[in-house]
Amino acid sequence: MIDNMLPPALIFILGAVLIPFLKGKVKAAYMLALPIVVFITLLNLSLGNTWIVEFWGYELIMGRVDKLSLVFAYVFTIMAFLGVLFALHVKDNLQHVSGLVYVGSTLGVVLAGDFLSLYLFWEIMAVSSTFLIIASRTRESREAGFRYILMHLVGGLILLAGIVLYVQKTGTIAFDYIGLNGIESYLIFIGIALNAAAIPLHAWLPDAYPMGTPTSTVFLSAFTTKSAVYLLIRTFPGADILIIIGALMVSLPIFYAVLENDIRRVLSYSLMNQVGFMLVGIGIGSQLALNGAVAHAFCHIIYKALLFMAAGSVLQMTGKIKCTEIGGLYKTMPLTCLFCLVGAASISAFPLFSGFVSKSMIISASVHEKIFIIWLVLQFASTGVVDHAGIKVPFFTFFGHDSGIRAKEPPLNMLLAMGIAAFLCVGLGVFYQPLYNLLPFPVHYVPYTGAHVVGQLQLLMFGAFAFTLLILAGYYIPEVRSKNLDADWTYRKFGRFAYKVADKGLNSLNRISERVLMGFVKGLVSFFKSAAVKIALFVSVNIWLALGYRDKRLEIKKNQLYNDIIEGTLPIGIGAAVAISFILLMFILT
Amino acid sequence: MKKELTIFDNPKNVKRLRLGFFVALVLVLIAEFFVDMHGEFSVDHFYGFYAVYGFISYVVLIFAAKALRKITMRKEDYYDR
Repeated sequence: MIDNMLPPALIFILGAVLIPFLKGKVKAAYMLALPIVVFITLLNLSLGNTWIVEFWGYELIMGRVDKLSLVFAYVFTIMAFLGVLFALHVKDNLQHVSGLVYVGSTLGVVLAGDFLSLYLFWEIMAVSSTFLIIASRTRESREAGFRYILMHLVGGLILLAGIVLYVQKTGTIAFDYIGLNGIESYLIFIGIALNAAAIPLHAWLPDAYPMGTPTSTVFLSAFTTKSAVYLLIRTFPGADILIIIGALMVSLPIFYAVLENDIRRVLSYSLMNQVGFMLVGIGIGSQLALNGAVAHAFCHIIYKALLFMAAGSVLQMTGKIKCTEIGGLYKTMPLTCLFCLVGAASISAFPLFSGFVSKSMIISASVHEKIFIIWLVLQFASTGVVDHAGIKVPFFTFFGHDSGIRAKEPPLNMLLAMGIAAFLCVGLGVFYQPLYNLLPFPVHYVPYTGAHVVGQLQLLMFGAFAFTLLILAGYYIPEVRSKNLDADWTYRKFGRFAYKVADKGLNSLNRISERVLMGFVKGLVSFFKSAAVKIALFVSVNIWLALGYRDKRLEIKKNQLYNDIIEGTLPIGIGAAVAISFILLMFILT
Repeated sequence: MKKELTIFDNPKNVKRLRLGFFVALVLVLIAEFFVDMHGEFSVDHFYGFYAVYGFISYVVLIFAAKALRKITMRKEDYYDR
């Protein structure tokens, strides 16, 4: 029965094409039906490779179905449903179409069993997500979208270079575990790591994601980074460098998240921090750690989307999203506030919320492998999450100083999407067994032990205690309108500087050489012009002398000829005669 | 006019919430007496390790971020100039 079904990627991508032709309730129902159809398709899949297409002598595998790809496909499809529901009221077809194409290409990446179809969907993903960024149709979003697509095209090219070398070396386009050995594996690694926002290739994420519309950023938050996490789990599990990159990612962005004023940029840095936990898990590479990375990606996609939905609701209803401009919104948006608090508790890994059952797997894996320093960093980062995502986002949005804004709750579809996401966050935190059953390796892990719960509660609550004391004492970081320098400085400011250097340096060199060359050419031209005049005069004067012209008449004739040659008004016959006599002269002289 | 929640406009309620939070802090400290923390590293055998580590991490984070701001902060239109 599989054979006569389209691959999930194509259901979304081809399905999205029809959206502009539909209207009203039919359109809404159709858009909601697409993820449901895909989900049913996924449920009916049996393990193994399907949707195999012959192409130029290569075998394209559009359905590599195993436990690892399935769990990601499930959560991406659930996320697609939530994202569509949240954006259902939006009239802009560009967002709907590019959103669903984006989802489809992500599923294409996840289910691809070969590099060719992987690369195809990879590039569709980059392009369609760019449309979601520029959908705000502001100058800032266009510029950020431009930087975003440039970064991803560069990453795509590096990936492609790696793929070409890999295919040449192995003779097959199929891929599975690669491991870091040889130039091609490093190129592939860099290409994938860029999409995972791995430090130092991360700056596109906090640069571009906050620029989307209230609804499109929800889509953006879920797919690109987590599909890269999926690929890293498949191709580079146990790569030690991922532990270091992951440790940097869990710790560095939280400082920026503490400082940042734009709530959606705070959440973007927090997104990097969460992906960092997954990368540490992949780097450790034990079964528990990889299970933890998968489980954390699953939970993270939902609670991060929930947080971006809450922020999007605030942005849509108030038109503002900066800490300095909002506050006290719980008074008129209590439901949004409640959902945001659920998301905050989940990302903080509070017991009974989804983050707890997944993040603790990764932290426990670092304990089992006895990597003490990493364990300390992860615990430190957990406290950091409590600060920026657990406290800062809800506190400065819904509580804190009263901004005087009395915005209404968002439309029903947005509330419903947030409600379902919040329900899933609590559901996964309490009934975690169904999620554990989906994980790629058998799970013998028990999240709710006395030690885990008490340790985590102490860590989180005494972090919050520190916040309470700091804010009462007035030591907490004041919110200010500002921009914080990050790695994008290299191509935004230094790039401009380099451009100026190139402009001033190379262009002035250009001008100098132009002047020298032009001077030379002008000299050459005037030399030949005067040479022609002199030859013509020499020849003519002799002829005129022979014809008997003397004194005044000869002078007039000479001036006439001179002017005619310089002005170029010489009759063609005379010009030809001069040329011929010149050639004759050359012939005689040689 | 939609009705507003004003529960935290009353300082008494804020005080109650804070008091409840402090009680909870004491409770999670007491709870540690009743569980075996079975840590694999020697540090988490110490009583109250997680509480102390959480508190210190938080304070370090805030003050380090404050220091970082001195280096990284620019005007909002920095990149447009």
